[in-house]
Amino acid sequence: MTETTIKIISNVAYLIASIFFIIGLKGLAHPRTAVRGNLLGAIGMLIAIITVLWANDVLSWYWIIAGIVVGSGIGAVLSYKIEMTAMPQLVALFNGFGGLASVLIGGAALLEVAGPVKLTGVNQSVNIQLIIATIASGLIGAVTFWGSFIAFGKLQGLKFIPDAAVRYPGEQIVKLILILSSIVLGVFIVMDPVKYEYFYWIIVVLSSVLGVLLVIAIGGADMPVVIALLNSYSGIAGAATGFIDNNYVLIIAGSLVGASGIILTQLMCKAMNRSLANVLFGGFGAVAQTSSADEVYGNKIKAVTADDIAIFLDTAQKVVIIPGYGMAVGQAQHAVKDLTVLLESKGIDVEFAIHPVAGRMPGHMNVLLAEVDIPYDKLKEMDEINQTLSQVDVAIVLGANDVVNTDARDKADSPIAGMPIIDADKAKTVIIIKRSLSPGFAGIPNPLFALDNSYMFFSDGKKAVMDIVTAVKNL
Amino acid sequence: MDLVAIFTIFVLAIFVGFEVIAKVPPLLHTPLMSGSNAISGITIVGALISAGKVPSEVSTILGVIAIVFATINVVGGFLVTHRMLEKFKRKE
Repeated sequence: MTETTIKIISNVAYLIASIFFIIGLKGLAHPRTAVRGNLLGAIGMLIAIITVLWANDVLSWYWIIAGIVVGSGIGAVLSYKIEMTAMPQLVALFNGFGGLASVLIGGAALLEVAGPVKLTGVNQSVNIQLIIATIASGLIGAVTFWGSFIAFGKLQGLKFIPDAAVRYPGEQIVKLILILSSIVLGVFIVMDPVKYEYFYWIIVVLSSVLGVLLVIAIGGADMPVVIALLNSYSGIAGAATGFIDNNYVLIIAGSLVGASGIILTQLMCKAMNRSLANVLFGGFGAVAQTSSADEVYGNKIKAVTADDIAIFLDTAQKVVIIPGYGMAVGQAQHAVKDLTVLLESKGIDVEFAIHPVAGRMPGHMNVLLAEVDIPYDKLKEMDEINQTLSQVDVAIVLGANDVVNTDARDKADSPIAGMPIIDADKAKTVIIIKRSLSPGFAGIPNPLFALDNSYMFFSDGKKAVMDIVTAVKNL
Repeated sequence: MDLVAIFTIFVLAIFVGFEVIAKVPPLLHTPLMSGSNAISGITIVGALISAGKVPSEVSTILGVIAIVFATINVVGGFLVTHRMLEKFKRKE
């Protein structure tokens, strides 16, 4: 077969793989077709891999097979051993690996350009597109890898990576300098790739620092936005890698992922009524005069015990549970399942109200509740549940805070004003399970806690729910 | 000309991505993320090319390491998405 024929056949195969990716992603966006969508994506990937191995003169089969076997083994073990609760970390980690691959491929591509020239001493003209694509690949790849690694660390609770936002004076300037100096170094490489080849690795180091700084400046509760954004970056890094040797399937698959990541990022930002720039660079500053905790809470806080809650529940017909990150941290989902089964056995209707940014990644609460086999038709989206909350007898807020803060709805000068919330206060009785009155991520007191129909149960999430289960049984 | 052609593909693919995933229910946010993440492991194609063709030791090593990480991304990503989606299936 001539080289042209091989090129045509492989490009057709890449087109087929791309179609699989598109149909697969479409499937992943709908509950009924999601499993099939994922499968189609995997088939597309298999087609692409077989094609690239067939179309290229592979010199070192031995190493390639070793690499694939090792990678598959690690990937399979990780995906089967992981607890559902650790899903955010795992997604972050996998994401980073894709970025790292882009960095390494860029490095190899540059060696390929510089290598022959060094051997022969002949400086042939170099393809500028290749060089620029290589630099973009290394830059975005390194930001993705290190950003994901920091996100992983925050989610995993690694001690040396703080959960809170790390902020310092002049941080934006530091980041700007990192980006600009990377670009300047990149220009040098474009001008003389042979002489300045090693600048590539300096760019990688600079963008690694940038990746760390970008994510370390973001607090835990903003993680859903960051994870979605890094997801998008990993796609864009892949697309950049595709520009290195005009590989259609890399460009198409990479941009599809880039787009889907951006959509998720927008959804998350909308759910917090904040712009992406505000999440990345602003954070909650001293936007407005916030009322002090004493003013809001005064002596209006009513603490109750599990037995009191059992009595509320006993007379209830409709109960809504509003979970937040506290449920994930306390691993309370199994206890929640027990409580749900118990209440349902008493003829009480139990539903769950899911805020889009509850937890640390998009869809976090859904994954946790699915793990304990709570049917997904019981999980209600914010807009849907808000229409029925006034008919709810007991709303149980479990480890959530800012997403039920009535200030967001009622107080125009609040730092979180305009963020859509779950109207827990509309329920006849509100039970808030929380360790203490400490503020949520936004750092402001929550007037919900001081309402006449609100009762606080100060306890660890899991223990609290287990105590309520026991108390209901003992009634 | 060639550059314009592939840039066209790039831009159009982004639009296709936006159209295809425009409305995704919150239930599927995590699986969509991990599934699309697995697709971004397409960099494995680039890794295979650079590990296979270059007769230089350093770039083969870079390529092979890239293959390992990209494969973890691909295999782990698709498997974990599948596992998660199985949990979402309605229990009868």
